[in-house]
Amino acid sequence: MTITGFLSQLLQVAIALALAPLLVGWVNCCRAWLANKRAPSLLLPYRMIRKLFAKDAVVAQNASPIFRLTPYVVFGAMTCAAAIVPSLATDLPFARAADAIALVGMFALARVFMALAAMDIGTAFGSLGARRDMFIGFLAEPALLMVLFTASLLSGSTSLPQIVDTLAHREIGIYPSLAFAGVAFTMVSLAENARIPVDNPATHLELTMIHEAMILEYSARHLALLEWAAALKLFNYSCIGLALFVPFGIVVSGTGWQLLLSAAPLLIVKLAIGGAALALIETLSAKMRIFRAPEFLGTAFMLAVLAMLVNLLLGA
Amino acid sequence: MNALALDLVIAVIVAWLAVGALGLARPARLKFASRVLYPAGAVVGVVLAIAGFAAMGAAPQSQVLPLGLPDLPFHLRIDSLSAFFLLILGSVAAAVSLYSAGYFRSNEGTPPGLVCFQYHAFLAAMALVLVADDGYVFMVAWEAMALTSYFLVTTDHRVPEIRRAGFLYLLIAHVGALAILLCFGVLQGGSGDYTFGAMRGQQLSGLWPSAAFFLALFGFGAKAGLLPLHVWLPEAHPAAPSPVSALMSAVMLKTAIYGLLRVSFDLLQGQLWWWGVVALGLGLVTALYGVVFAAVQTDMKRLLAYSSIENIGIIVAGIGLAILFRAYAKPLLAAITLTAVLYHCLNHAFFKSLLFLATGSVLHATRERSLGRLGGLIHRMPWVAWLALVGTLAIAGLPPLNGFVSEWLLLQAFLFTPTLPQSFVNMLVPLATAALVLAVALSAYVMVKFYGIVFLGRPRESSLAHAQDAGPVERAALAYLALGCIALGLFPVNVIALLDPINALLVGSSALQGGGGSSWLLLAPINADRSSYSPLIVLVVIIAVVLLTMQIVHRFYHGRVRSAPPWDCGFPGQTPRMQDTAEGFGQPIRTVFEPFFRMQRHLPSPFDAEPRYAVKVDDHVWYWLYLPIARGVEMLARLAGRIQQGRISVYLTFSFFTLLALLFFVR
Repeated sequence: MTITGFLSQLLQVAIALALAPLLVGWVNCCRAWLANKRAPSLLLPYRMIRKLFAKDAVVAQNASPIFRLTPYVVFGAMTCAAAIVPSLATDLPFARAADAIALVGMFALARVFMALAAMDIGTAFGSLGARRDMFIGFLAEPALLMVLFTASLLSGSTSLPQIVDTLAHREIGIYPSLAFAGVAFTMVSLAENARIPVDNPATHLELTMIHEAMILEYSARHLALLEWAAALKLFNYSCIGLALFVPFGIVVSGTGWQLLLSAAPLLIVKLAIGGAALALIETLSAKMRIFRAPEFLGTAFMLAVLAMLVNLLLGA
Repeated sequence: MNALALDLVIAVIVAWLAVGALGLARPARLKFASRVLYPAGAVVGVVLAIAGFAAMGAAPQSQVLPLGLPDLPFHLRIDSLSAFFLLILGSVAAAVSLYSAGYFRSNEGTPPGLVCFQYHAFLAAMALVLVADDGYVFMVAWEAMALTSYFLVTTDHRVPEIRRAGFLYLLIAHVGALAILLCFGVLQGGSGDYTFGAMRGQQLSGLWPSAAFFLALFGFGAKAGLLPLHVWLPEAHPAAPSPVSALMSAVMLKTAIYGLLRVSFDLLQGQLWWWGVVALGLGLVTALYGVVFAAVQTDMKRLLAYSSIENIGIIVAGIGLAILFRAYAKPLLAAITLTAVLYHCLNHAFFKSLLFLATGSVLHATRERSLGRLGGLIHRMPWVAWLALVGTLAIAGLPPLNGFVSEWLLLQAFLFTPTLPQSFVNMLVPLATAALVLAVALSAYVMVKFYGIVFLGRPRESSLAHAQDAGPVERAALAYLALGCIALGLFPVNVIALLDPINALLVGSSALQGGGGSSWLLLAPINADRSSYSPLIVLVVIIAVVLLTMQIVHRFYHGRVRSAPPWDCGFPGQTPRMQDTAEGFGQPIRTVFEPFFRMQRHLPSPFDAEPRYAVKVDDHVWYWLYLPIARGVEMLARLAGRIQQGRISVYLTFSFFTLLALLFFVR
């Protein structure tokens, strides 16, 4: 473990924690602009989290300790995930302890705890949300793994920094397997982050909710942590996408830590473009019925499998 | 110590039989069995685990016992492979025996002393299977295992369904045993020598090795629950008392895996690549099939039984992959795959027995097996609930628990496959990987359903308010298994080092060589650049982040918490019955995988005064395979029945003609 690695590790987590709500705010702004509405403040998510922290927590009478533990576990899992995904640099000591498969496991851990907490109160909506979220997850998780496997076949490693190192050093060109994987990854991230067309983050209609139905019972600091964790999840997914498909400009291992300062603005620019693209996709599509979701995610899954096949056939 | 391992195992077998015989001496005394005999059995289990542990790295030892028929003595042998499975048997049997001390209470069905005898004879038979070194002892032990477990399954034999389940189990067990017998027949290659040592030396030619392999796959598959021979599992597991279900699922299925490994890696020389492809495909289909069916079950023990089918599928898929690597002379990769397989056997033994025992406690506390009538038990039975949570997270394959480690290793093995020379096999890899990760992801769905419906939410029946937590002895057994799940998850490198002698024995390579950067902290199968995983660091970092967040939140913000009724969305008449039932939670899976199921649904009309909704999910295999066979057998029996006239003169005529025919042929 080098000092540089340690620094970039800490810096990366700090940036993820700080910037995640901003990314959500930016996507909301873009959505508002695209819909010809006046945009809310870019800093609205921060204010929201601050406001929630100041409130009194209301916990349902028959909640078990699992309910109160879950926000912390989800937040912890997402923070750890932020430490693994190379967003600024690839010299990450913690990434040695957890590779791409463990990253997916971390997301699964958060999902399972969310679902258990939603079932804990024993309301109809909680269990509905839990069931739907696990349902989306059982298709999205394998698809995400297959995308990561495609990339790891290219680089011969399942360690994310290693993958990004390899991909960043390749010539610029079109790689068919990565193209398939990219489409699949986009679809998966839409589903996993409760975005249109699978879920609607802005909905208040209970019957269409997935993510919101699960956190219906949460309030105050618990809700704040969950909102922050959701923002972190979006940030993590965006960073995985950027690292796999546009890795240029990332600080590869072996270079000095001064470069980190230049990598951060570049990351912000890339995230801004990615967020705008996400808003565009969301504006252009309509929300699906829940039972169309398996088709959507099945397509993503098949595309990811195809990516792996193409990779084996063409070796690219 | 090492040199005594085999003697110790023999002593353990005798001790278990003696404990059982003591139970038989006082068949009606429940207290004697629960206070003295089961704890004694648990101590013997610990001794067996120690013996297995000691023999893991030691040289094989064999012994000939002058038992059995004249000229057919018992050959016994212990090597790393049998030592490992003995370790599983001993460590799980210790916990299950301890739990049984508190579990068997009522005097219904078989008398407690007799159950105690059957139970310990079952354990002894399993131990004997694992040290058998000739076909004769193996079959004797195998049949003893099948019979004792049959009697244990039918403990509550006054219930007709349980008798039926037992019959089905016995039937499939015997069909499988026939195949194993035939397999040994092929393996001895005409020499007439049924010792395993002689079988290893046989050079089979032509199609004979394949015949032996597929007979073994069929015979051991019937015991393990491979498709389409899995139908007995979901019937027998719910029928049996919970400790017996735990033993059957955690250990008895593993003896079948042991047999398969013994035949395909040890007794057969030279594997063919397409055996691997067949086993891989069959394993993956079984895994998917099992997990999809688990998702729609409404009985908690049936759900766990289907989940066992899934895990066996994953294990057999791993064995297939190992055969593939072995056939292409890639010993290092075969060793990694085999490590994943053995690791998963160990993990499954721990978390599945934990969950089956937890369902036993729930069953005792509520007298209810149906998921639709449970709920909210975490408030009434916190010990069982929190310990079962460990098992649930482990079986769902979440880091940093043990289920994740073996799945991680297996996925690593799949990612190595593109280095094989045959492009056709390489093309299969993405599909196989996809099927594997789908099964793993679905198992998380299944386990959330299981745990959420049984332990979380509000109680669906008012009678659940009187549920009592498990007693101290049962808690101790559950806690031991849960700690096992955690320890196996946190120290993978130590476990793999323990497993390594088996790799050396079966594939002639070590999984930890290859200059990998593995240390006690970091698991890195090939080298640290390729892949590495450290559950301990992951756990410490997650806990550190969680504690830090809690500290910060609690320091800077007030800790005011109000308790209030849950939000009812403006509809005040909500009842606990409005939570998702097991049917409701499984509904998305039922819709997506509709072709898998044979469904009968009854939908109420809107005008029903008392609307009832019913859905029955059945197995296609039952209707497409078993019922036609049963009908065929019945028809044959009826034809044969015509001979039965009841008159002696007719029978004498038959005998006369038979004699004539024999004379004609033998001439």
